[in-house]
Parts: sequence; structure tokens; C-alpha cells
Amino acid sequence: MTSPNLNPCRGTQVRATAEAVARHSYGKLVAFLAARSGNLAAAEDALSEAFAAALRDWPENGCPANPEAWLLTVARRKLIDMARRHRHEAPAEDYELSAVELPDLPQDSDIPDRRLGLLFACAHPAIDAAIRAPLMLQAVLGLDAARIASAFLISPATMGQRLVRAKNKIRIAGIPFRIPERAEMPERLEAVLDAIYAAFAEGWLDAAGTDAGRRDLATEAIYLGSIVAELLPEEPEALGLLALMLHAEARRKARRGPEGEYIPLAAQDVSLWDAGLIARAETALRRAAAKNTLGRYQLEAAIQSAHVDRCRTGAPNWPALLDLYDALVAITGSPVAALNRALVLSEIDGPAIGLAALEELASDPRLNEYQPWWAARAELLARAGAWQQADHAYEIAYGMERDPSMRQYLERRRAALPRP
Amino acid sequence: MQYLLTLYSDEAGWNNMSPEQQKQGIAAYAAYGQALQQAGALVNSNRLRPGNTATTLRTNNGKVQVLDGPFIESKEQLAGYYLIEVPDLDAALSWAGKCPTVGHGIVEVRAIWPSGAPSQQKPAQEAVAAGR
Repeated sequence: MTSPNLNPCRGTQVRATAEAVARHSYGKLVAFLAARSGNLAAAEDALSEAFAAALRDWPENGCPANPEAWLLTVARRKLIDMARRHRHEAPAEDYELSAVELPDLPQDSDIPDRRLGLLFACAHPAIDAAIRAPLMLQAVLGLDAARIASAFLISPATMGQRLVRAKNKIRIAGIPFRIPERAEMPERLEAVLDAIYAAFAEGWLDAAGTDAGRRDLATEAIYLGSIVAELLPEEPEALGLLALMLHAEARRKARRGPEGEYIPLAAQDVSLWDAGLIARAETALRRAAAKNTLGRYQLEAAIQSAHVDRCRTGAPNWPALLDLYDALVAITGSPVAALNRALVLSEIDGPAIGLAALEELASDPRLNEYQPWWAARAELLARAGAWQQADHAYEIAYGMERDPSMRQYLERRRAALPRP
Repeated sequence: MQYLLTLYSDEAGWNNMSPEQQKQGIAAYAAYGQALQQAGALVNSNRLRPGNTATTLRTNNGKVQVLDGPFIESKEQLAGYYLIEVPDLDAALSWAGKCPTVGHGIVEVRAIWPSGAPSQQKPAQEAVAAGR
């Protein structure tokens, strides 16, 4: 029988403590448990059993002084149990390596942080690029497959299979939880940042914020981005990505009207922009700039920053934007960046010059069926007074768009054209 | 961990090379094998005879059928292999990247099942002790 505990933690307190540890320590614990064996599935199972044990044990015996260490000890014991069970049962491939490579318990209460190594493993070149973001969300943040699946708009079963396959690949192929060396760092880091940005973009697409799973994904991606920026403080691009995501997130409330209608950047109410997030973004961007190494994410963040000038001066900093887009086009060769550059040009030199720049891009096959190119063309034609051509361009843009609020917006713009 | 690097290449490419080029090619592979050996990474390696000299066996209607020719009739044929012992996939990929085949063919990297078949697994008790 258990003796009556004089200082039990109450149910809500236990849950709150467990949730806080889950939030802050999940990835750290998984990374530590799986670092030697590469067996993510076993580490995740053991850890989830440890969390279940905590919810049973803590209300009785009180919350431990070091919940992280408590969970690690229990999870490690679960791994040993699994290894024993598998000795008697059919030797399932899944736990085969966990049986021989258990992590040592750390000497003191500080658990070494191997999350960065785990992130680099998730975004390893030997892992299919499309599964990198889901894999990070699951392994580092503990999101379940169903939630990731709903954000990426595929069936939970398919997402589950792909995640299992990727984890098998890490374990069986022997992908190490390793921080790349100097020479390979830029390329490897880019893969990590691209995957995080892909997760953010999935959340960002749900601009209306009607789908909680997708909206939260943007927050989760920002959290991943801040982990990388914190663990690699000398990498300006990690800070650049963080700044970019924070700037974009700051405008979430302003991106849709009360009826969920699309509101373009230029028409957004700047008082709805989140000043706290903007301040965090600017801090990250300043720290990145101090490293004096330019990169794609820093440039994109700087572009967002130049739009924030509107809060102070009432207008975006167009000359700065033109310089930034010039640099972005030079670095990435992205037709989308070139399209945005043409729009900035039209703000400085008028719609005719902007249209000419757009025309130059028309030969790029990647823009052939790109709605924003037609929408931009329509906008500039309207500004130049070519109503009929603008009407035609709006029609094509409308035909290419799937998002209902965006379609509505294009329809409204088209209807607002003066009729001859 | 042990990895098998399997090399696939276009056999016609080799046959179309001048004797001097072939000599250079052989020297490149020899140097690569030497480097692997010096690093203590080489377990075993071999070059294979051409694919058109292969013989293929399979069971058809309960009867073993022997056929002339390789399993897959394609331009690139299995040309050889290196069995290497390295700490992880990154090290294996780094070696694979230095293999002369990468310049003219394809190299596939695969991990070897550890300690043979699953039935030969170490007892968990012993394994746990080893992990401590």
C-alpha cells in the first residue's frame, strides 16, 4: 500500500507540469534516447510510455524535482524492457538495434542536447525531401501523424507510412545524429531551414486560420526555427529564417477581413500587425546582419522588414525593396522574386516600366501557369488604364486560382474596372 | 557498420575506350582500393565479368529455369562492388563519392544486416549489459 502523501501535486498541476516538459523537453529526450541507436520509433514509444507513467505516478508521489531526468530514467528502462521482450517474442526488426545500443544515463542532471543532430538527420540528403518537415515535427516536437497529415493535406495512414519509412531509413542505413563540419554546413543547414520553412508555409497557406491544425503548424515551425537559431547562434541564415517567419506571422490577423476575405499587403491595416513579433523579428535580423554573410532567408526577412517601414512613415521603403529584390534574384534566380521585383519597380517608375519588366519574365516556363504573374499583370494594366487587357488578365488569373478568398478578391478587382 | 557499394556502369563505355584510357581507368580504381585499404575501411571488393556472360536462375512452375543473360537487361550493368566498414552512412557516402564509378556510372550504397540473419541476434541481457 502507498503511504498517504503529505504533499501530492494536484491533477491539474501534474498535467501542466507534464505538458510543460513535453513542450520543452520532448525533442531533447527523443534525441538523447535515439542518438546512439538511431532508433527513433523505439525512443518515441519508450518516451510516450514514460509520459503515461508520469501521469499515474506524479499525482501519488508528487512531481519530481527534475521531471526531465525522471522521464529519461523511466524511458530508458522501457527501452530495456522492450529489448527483453523482443528476446522472447519474434525478433521484430524495429527494436533490433535498441537492444544493443542503449544510451548511458548522463552523469549529472543535465541531459546533453542532441536535438540539432536529430534535425540534421531528419533533413539528411539521403531522406526524401518531402518527408523532412513532417519528420522534424514528429521527432523533435512530438506532433502525431494524424495532425501532421491534416496540415499537409494527406491521409493519416499515408503520412504514418511515410514517417515509418523515413525512421527506418535513418536507423537501418545508419544516418548519424551529427552536426556537419564547416565545409558541408551551408548545404546541410539549407536543407534543415528549407524543411522548417516548408512546415511554416503549410501553416501559412491556411490564411483564414479556420483550420487550427494548420494554423498551429506556423507556430510549431517558428519554434523549430528558434531551436536552430539558438543552437547555431553563429549561422546568419538560421536567424534570417526565424526573422522571416516572425515577420510573416506578425501580419496574420491583417491578412483576412472580417468575412475571411483576402487583403493584399498594401491594403492591410498596420495597426493589426503584431508589434511584439515584429520586434523579435527585427532583433533576429539585426543579429544575422552582424555576421556579414548574405543569404536567401536574410534577404527575404529584410524585404519583410522594409514593408514594416509603413508603420513609421506610412509607405514601404521602395528603393530599399528594389535593392533587396535585385540581390534575391541574383542569389536564387527565382522567377517569383523577379515578379515581385517588377511590382516594386512599378511603384518607383510607374506601371509601364513594371509591365515591361513583367513581359521580360513571360518567357520563363515556370511562370506560365502562375496565378500571381497574371494577377500582377492585371493590376499594372489597370493602373496604366488599359481596362480591356486588365479585364482579360484578371480572368486568366481567376481561372488559375483555387483558394476561394483569393478568387473572390480577383473577382472584386475585376468588377471594379471601369466599363467602357 | 558495414556497407556494400554496388557499382553500375555502361559496359559499352569501357569497350569504346582506348587502351591508354583503359589503363588510366584501371589505375584510378587501383588507387581508390588502396585508399580504402589504407584507411582500414576495406573489407572486400571485386570487379565482375560483363553482364552478357551472366546466367540467371529462377523457378518457373516448380521447375528451376536457367537462362542466359543478366537479371535486368539495361544499359547500366552491375560491374563490381566494395564491401566497406565505416562508422555511419555519412562516412559510407563520403567513400562512395570518391569512387571512380561516380564519374561515369552509378553507385548504390546499402547497409549490411548486422551480425547476419535476425535469428542470430545477441541475447538482450548481454546486449543491455553492453549498453551500460
